[in-house]
Amino acid sequence: MSELADCRQAFAETLEELMGCDARVVVLTNDSVASSNLRRIRERFPQRLVNVGIAEQNIIGIAAGLANGGKIPFVCGASAFLTGRALEQFKIDLGYARSNVKVCGMSSGLAYGALGPTHHSIEDLAWTRAIPSLTIVVPADPLETAQAVRAAFAHSGPVFLRLSRIPVPAVHPRDYRFSIGRAVVLKPGNDVTLIANGTMVARALQAAGLLEQDGVAARVVNMSTLKPLDREAILEAAEQTAGLVTIEEHSVCGGLGSAIAELVVSHKPVPVRILGVPGVFAPTGSTHWLFEHFGLNAEGIRQAALDLLGGRISHAG
Amino acid sequence: MHADPSHPLSLETDCRFLQSQADWIRRCSLRMVYRAGLGHTGGDLSSADILAVLYFAILRVDPQNPTWPDRDRFILSKGHCAASLYATLAAAGFLPLKDLEDFAQPLSPLSGHPDRTRVPGVEASTGSLGHGLPIAVGAALAAKMDGSSWRTYVLTGDGELQEGSNWEAAMAAAHYGLDNLTLIIDRNQLQQGDATERTVRLEPLAEKWRSFGWAVAEVDGHDHAALLSLFRRLPLQASKPSCIIAHTHKGRGVSFMQDRPEWHHRVPSEQELVLALRELGGERE
Repeated sequence: MSELADCRQAFAETLEELMGCDARVVVLTNDSVASSNLRRIRERFPQRLVNVGIAEQNIIGIAAGLANGGKIPFVCGASAFLTGRALEQFKIDLGYARSNVKVCGMSSGLAYGALGPTHHSIEDLAWTRAIPSLTIVVPADPLETAQAVRAAFAHSGPVFLRLSRIPVPAVHPRDYRFSIGRAVVLKPGNDVTLIANGTMVARALQAAGLLEQDGVAARVVNMSTLKPLDREAILEAAEQTAGLVTIEEHSVCGGLGSAIAELVVSHKPVPVRILGVPGVFAPTGSTHWLFEHFGLNAEGIRQAALDLLGGRISHAG
Repeated sequence: MHADPSHPLSLETDCRFLQSQADWIRRCSLRMVYRAGLGHTGGDLSSADILAVLYFAILRVDPQNPTWPDRDRFILSKGHCAASLYATLAAAGFLPLKDLEDFAQPLSPLSGHPDRTRVPGVEASTGSLGHGLPIAVGAALAAKMDGSSWRTYVLTGDGELQEGSNWEAAMAAAHYGLDNLTLIIDRNQLQQGDATERTVRLEPLAEKWRSFGWAVAEVDGHDHAALLSLFRRLPLQASKPSCIIAHTHKGRGVSFMQDRPEWHHRVPSEQELVLALRELGGERE
């Protein structure tokens, strides 16, 4: 795999580029210029960077008002606070009102590591997924992050971009083209399917490598758009492989695994294993320690796939 | 029906016209609430004069082009007073009068609280309290960024100010010097269950807003001439957002509803409706 990169750089560069092309683009932050990597934007577009202070309900409301006034606001701040603290504003001011606002939840999932559960954002997808009219994207690498920012800009309506600060390798070929609502198969295979998003996609690919040594051909799907879900890609995987293993840097309640299970249980019931944070507040530990602790690594994913297959490895290779 | 604010008539003519509009809004919203079997009678009546003055003498809006980019924005933060807003919008020409009959009926765009995606002229989808002012701050900020002259008005309840989001927005509006933003507080002294001051005290309210950096004026919220004169000299102070505390009576205009907390969301019986319409000069309709 390639060297690791922080997606926030691709995020900020793309946003800066969009601001250079379109005066309607404004950036809002809740006193997180540095952690959202907005320093250059602040220098170059001081009039279009609005720091509302530490006030998340207000930042979402203000963004909705700016959108009413013709702007295209990108709201940047820690995902835990932008979603949890302002959830009702998310629901009403953005979702119900269909405001053209893009919320960029930074440092999502377990990115804050030992800072603890107040700063972990492992419920954000469950909360926001229940909001109609919202588009939710969890990009997996810098290339996809940059394209997701552009897609959010081009999309008319509210978008939640869930971003991380955990360095990740590139998982897509250079000619990859992201489009909202379309999952991508990163590795073909017909025994079992590994479906992941965000930081977990690279780990799913690693797991597929291990499974290959076990004689298991695992398909790897990057489900970077959580909402609307690419139903076709999921049902195809359910049809063509023995079952699905979902992997997310999120609670197992209400996120990617839940969304997929909801679909297949009605349309193509197959075994599903949902990997994530198992409905607990995480103990103290660095992000990488927590990933290991919860089995969110290549070995944990491999074990889940083997468990799902239960020795039924019929047509490996 | 729609007064052109760029050609003000004499104050007396204006006020006679506004009084007839306000009374019509009151009668209309009472009929809507009666027919729907739900609504917020008391607040509909306390805010009717403010709505009439804004829509028929102050706001630069175009009912034929409700999304005109340079329109003034009016945000009803107290979304539970949807009936009086819909009546006002219909009187101003944003929607056909007959649509009002569908208020709160199955599949009607006129829900119990306003939905901006379905009702022309509605700027924000409100209903949960404490949302309007932050949105208004954003709208006013957009106008400032563009150097545009359109203004933003937001009407909140008084009990609503117990929501903390208002005070986040209050700080931000003053910090950004949004003198193109006007907050009107429908200060009818009552919230759903009791008086605001017996629930969680708001006073000294004017001092709170002043200390947050706003210019404040207090006015009789049923006095059209006083409201007009205030609205016509906005901003109250350069570089500061304006806060108008409009002293009103819940249930204003109907003797047996006025200042009675139970009329917050009570629905009138047929007999009560007839009596109320009579008090509001509606016998001729």
